[in-house]
Amino acid sequence: MKRSTVRLWQALIAVLVFVAWQVLTQPGLVPPFVWDNPDRAAFFFGEPVKMLKVAWTWFADGTIYKHLWVTLQETVLAFVIGAVLGLGTGLWLGLSSTASALLDPYITAMNAMPRVVLAPIFMVWFGLGIWSKVALGVTLVYFIVFFNVYQGVKEVSPVVLNNSVMLGASRRQLLRHVYLPSATSWLFSSLHTSVGMAFVGAVVGEYLGSASGVGYLIQQAEGAFDINAVFAGILILTAFALVLDYAVTQAERRLLRWRPAQSEVEPL
Amino acid sequence: MAAAVGFESITCTFAAREGGRPYTAVKDVTLSIAEGEFVSVVGPTGCGKSTLLNVAAGLLRPSSGTTRIFGEPLAGINRRAGYMFQAEALMPWRNALANVTAGLEFRGADRAEARSRGEEWLARVGLSGFGDRYPHQLSGGMRKRVSLAQMLILDPQILLMDEPFSALDIQTRQLMENELLELWSANRKSVVFITHDLEEAISLSDRVVVLSAGPETHPIGEFPIGLPRPRDVAEVRLAPGFIALHDRIWHSMKAEVLKGYAQTRNRVAA
Repeated sequence: MKRSTVRLWQALIAVLVFVAWQVLTQPGLVPPFVWDNPDRAAFFFGEPVKMLKVAWTWFADGTIYKHLWVTLQETVLAFVIGAVLGLGTGLWLGLSSTASALLDPYITAMNAMPRVVLAPIFMVWFGLGIWSKVALGVTLVYFIVFFNVYQGVKEVSPVVLNNSVMLGASRRQLLRHVYLPSATSWLFSSLHTSVGMAFVGAVVGEYLGSASGVGYLIQQAEGAFDINAVFAGILILTAFALVLDYAVTQAERRLLRWRPAQSEVEPL
Repeated sequence: MAAAVGFESITCTFAAREGGRPYTAVKDVTLSIAEGEFVSVVGPTGCGKSTLLNVAAGLLRPSSGTTRIFGEPLAGINRRAGYMFQAEALMPWRNALANVTAGLEFRGADRAEARSRGEEWLARVGLSGFGDRYPHQLSGGMRKRVSLAQMLILDPQILLMDEPFSALDIQTRQLMENELLELWSANRKSVVFITHDLEEAISLSDRVVVLSAGPETHPIGEFPIGLPRPRDVAEVRLAPGFIALHDRIWHSMKAEVLKGYAQTRNRVAA
């Protein structure tokens, strides 16, 4: 199929889903067949037209920007802090077999622990502002980056390493010119997952207790049984996640220019 | 005058994997390579040729014996040697130019000067204009040229080469061999060239050393190659002396090759 045809069909699927959703939920349009009350479907599933209206008013009166900005800040901070910590400890444990032997069980245990249960503790420690959400995001991002960097250090090609040694690299230079580039390439290959996790941490944190952010909007709407606003929040979050993902793809393209792209290996 | 590389009863024993017996790859090897001499080391596969090269490079400490570099016992990495590996050794995150200048950078050379010398060396190996390509964007032959330039830019006195062209197709390989000979004759360095290809060994070298099959590899024959230089590797194969030399060396190798083959087969069968 041609690219444009694919796009057309993709758009058509979205329209179809929305139309079906609207038809099935709008009170009085279709005779009720699950519930007795014709308003029940709209109560549980919302109505797409009203949902879009809510989203539209949020953008029109500008309230949403403040919340999006907060969520973006939390996501970026969680990612940056988690990545730096993961890179540092990943390099350290990757290079020091003593440290990795000692700390291995603890790292495994911490990674196995469901991090979301830490959210209340972070609220006590860091308050209801952005930092408790950042902390939650960091715990999620950290392990992804850590394991990738650790693997990256372990899998540095011994030939590349020996070659650099023969070219006169000192231990420091090996770290800077061989281990670090190799580890960061693994870090970047996990970029999509780790940015996604930072986002999850931010939204879940907001949902559990905050005064701003898109997660907070959803939680407020839910408290008022405003199902349309809940769906509007979800829609905006999804769009936001797609924009983030696009930004990551662009960053990846710039940073991993030296890596063979799929298309170069297998020309279409 | 002291030899460029002198192995004095080198033995390398490796600890066993999974409770087997320790493995002695190289046993009691005494061998010397003169300054400016091109020596090829041939032997059956898996006979410890690379082990010997790693010892000369200082990447591997022998279990016993001494390595002397221009008369001085080697401790640590051999700073007077350049090493060209069989496998891909370029840093994939550096472009061709940055790979060529890596050694200069490690030695703290001036950036601009390193750059211009790098460009010069890229041109010398026939890659001017390819400096900004990354290794994956280059062909196998081109990557070997970059490796060659990367090694030679540091002007090492000893070149250690571990089957450097074995992954190339025959035409590219002969081109590279001729280029190597040309670069070498312009500035004669001592070369230890490991190969399993006898024809390659004879056409390049001043002397061919034959190793026995592993374990406990040791030299079993040395053959001076008196073919006139400069040589063209494709043409020298047709020279009358070549066939006779090939015959003689092959004769001494044959038993070892069969032994090596039988061992590998037994190992697979076991």
